[in-house]
Amino acid sequence: MYLADSRGTDSREAQAAVVPDSRPGRRPAAVPGTVLALGAVSLITDVSSEMVTAVLPLYVVTGLGLSPLGFGLLDGINNGVGALVRLLGGHLADGGGRRHKAVAGLGYALSALCKPLLLLAHTLPVISVVLAADRTGKGLRTAPRDAMISLATEPEHRGRAFGVHRAMDTTGALLGPLVAFALLRATVDGYDAVFTVSGCVAALGVLVLVLFVPGRTTAADLRPEEPRRSSGAPPEQSRPALRDALGLLRRPELRRLTLCATLLGLTTVSDSFLYLLLQREGDLPAHLFPLLPLGTAAVFLLLAVPFGALADRVNRRRLFLAGHGILLLGYALVLSPWHGVPAVLAVLFLHGTFYAATDGVLAAATAGAVPARHQGAGQALVGTGQALARFTCSLAFGAAWSAWGGRTALAVTAAALAVSAVTAAYVLRTTSEVKPA
Amino acid sequence: MTSRSRLLILLLSVVLLAAVGTGAVLHAAHRSGMRDEQQADGPKVRPGTVSLSETPTRQLLFRNLAWGPHRDEMATVPADHPQAPRTASGVKCLRFHASAGTAICLQAVHGALQDTYRAVVLDAHLHERHRFPAAGIPTRARVSPSGHLVAWTVFVSGDSYAGTDFSTRTAIVDTRTWTIDDNLETFHITKDGRPYHAADTNIWGVTFADDNHFYATLATGGHTYLVRGDVAARTLTTLHSNVECPSLSSDGTRIAYKKRVQGASPDAPWRLYVLNLRTMKETPTAEQRNIDDQALWADNSTLVYALPGDYGSDLWTVPADGTGKVRLLMKSAVAPAYAG
Repeated sequence: MYLADSRGTDSREAQAAVVPDSRPGRRPAAVPGTVLALGAVSLITDVSSEMVTAVLPLYVVTGLGLSPLGFGLLDGINNGVGALVRLLGGHLADGGGRRHKAVAGLGYALSALCKPLLLLAHTLPVISVVLAADRTGKGLRTAPRDAMISLATEPEHRGRAFGVHRAMDTTGALLGPLVAFALLRATVDGYDAVFTVSGCVAALGVLVLVLFVPGRTTAADLRPEEPRRSSGAPPEQSRPALRDALGLLRRPELRRLTLCATLLGLTTVSDSFLYLLLQREGDLPAHLFPLLPLGTAAVFLLLAVPFGALADRVNRRRLFLAGHGILLLGYALVLSPWHGVPAVLAVLFLHGTFYAATDGVLAAATAGAVPARHQGAGQALVGTGQALARFTCSLAFGAAWSAWGGRTALAVTAAALAVSAVTAAYVLRTTSEVKPA
Repeated sequence: MTSRSRLLILLLSVVLLAAVGTGAVLHAAHRSGMRDEQQADGPKVRPGTVSLSETPTRQLLFRNLAWGPHRDEMATVPADHPQAPRTASGVKCLRFHASAGTAICLQAVHGALQDTYRAVVLDAHLHERHRFPAAGIPTRARVSPSGHLVAWTVFVSGDSYAGTDFSTRTAIVDTRTWTIDDNLETFHITKDGRPYHAADTNIWGVTFADDNHFYATLATGGHTYLVRGDVAARTLTTLHSNVECPSLSSDGTRIAYKKRVQGASPDAPWRLYVLNLRTMKETPTAEQRNIDDQALWADNSTLVYALPGDYGSDLWTVPADGTGKVRLLMKSAVAPAYAG
């Protein structure tokens, strides 16, 4: 039995959300098999996709002999489409309680198909299209996957479950480049071999999903009991309508969470800008630049599980806010006069810690604010809000950089992040985490 | 489905997928092995001594792409006899340029975990004088006419998932002091007469006028510009728009460059143009194909550049004044430089 610390009006919603996981006869496990299976799928898929990402620049420049500048132009469009696809994926996945796996599988399969297509793509426009399709697959699968993790895990263990998943995901991302370069070495510039093996690895990921992730992740016996919140929805309707999904925003708890994730996303500088600032402002030798993302990923990998476990003991929203406080420290460090490699390492440590304290934690917090039948849509809503906000921040940050220079742009963003964090703390003050009795 | 049958399916699929992957790797390895065998109809390549000076005749240096044991090595032929047997130096470079007894050679270093790159400054006998780590995949290299300054450009790519965010890093080294400016993006930019800064600035394709001044391409906000740079003052000033990979003529009056032309296919948008720096008049050359190279002035009136070919790329020439016709200079070669 769980008790909602009910200072607000959300106790009923919160209880509705946790009910599916407290069904009788189910042995509570800290990290259920479904989560491990999904983690394995993500690990394998990330090996596959990061193999391609690691060699793609080399392939384009030396393999195809093309100049890839201006190649990132499609990124903006991709970001927008990706966000909408994520909403769609989350919504479709909620249908009938069986579709999480199907929609996620579709997303994984679409990305897997893109790998062999790269063998046929010899010009930048075609490569861009293939990458966009790959990203569409990622957008499609993200929300159903997080919904499955939520539904498979007891609420009080969700932080750890998401932490384990994110750690496995990041492990794959770190392994991918190693595999790719080992293959390039063995074949002397055999990019086709890298793409083929990447396709095989991706196919294996889809297979693991199909074989080892249970198709039914929602307890069917509980869905009918759930009160229908949207009065406009016809009573005979068997699956949630898109209106219902957006109607989720009528839930104060989810609305506040989405608002805060969006607000904080609006003041979160994208990784590439942060690395660029570190390099240009931090006196970092240019050849160390490619190692910066590895630093963040390594810290994220190491801390995702401990912070996930922490999220099960403290208030997840507060941890999410604290994570942004850590990011703020990182910004302060970039702006500080302390330069050189140790300073850069410190910034990367804070940056990785920020991800560990926010990425899976937000998903876990979202899970607690949404009823079981809307887990996909709920995850998609919060994730999309955050992603679109971060994209908006990128555009604004680029403009600010042009107007005032990089340092000032970061200082302004840091100040805005502080304001956002204080606002978010105020907005989230009334909603408290569901805690085990 | 029982867990036993699931495992069985997984096992079978792993075997099948592993077979496909192994096949692809073996096929690729076999193909790359073939590149080490000399082609019967290919140019003759023999090992020998390559020197940037002390040669009786002018030499054309280039990266030899002909299949065989000397593939990717810097090689020479007499400048007036490009079909002569090639003399391979044993020095492998991805990009190369030389002037006045100094050469810059951009190399890949095949590490255990990933490829890294370095820029090596060579003396007249192609022996290493100094090396610098390079930030990414080499694309352009130049030496100043005096041999005192060297510059190179590499591509670096972003980070995140399916990252398509490419940018460049350009460095300049003074070989008299070995001081390095490893990112020209930190220079002060004056665009259209006003100070300018932006996160998306990229600079590439340095071509030197003297031991302090150079020209290069600045890209920002979706446009490219010809900039004139000052090493001592650390400044870049825009002069003209839609200019990529500039190459200054030996008399310092004209710039050969890639111009993005209207109506061309988006993946082949560039044509070879020449800009008169005094009148700022643009002249298209007779080369009608898409070019993606920093052209080289063979003399005051002829341009040399690489185009894709059967073995990677071939070198072509065209008159710089817009007249005449294109001519194949040599097959299976890239990164040309003249010496002697």
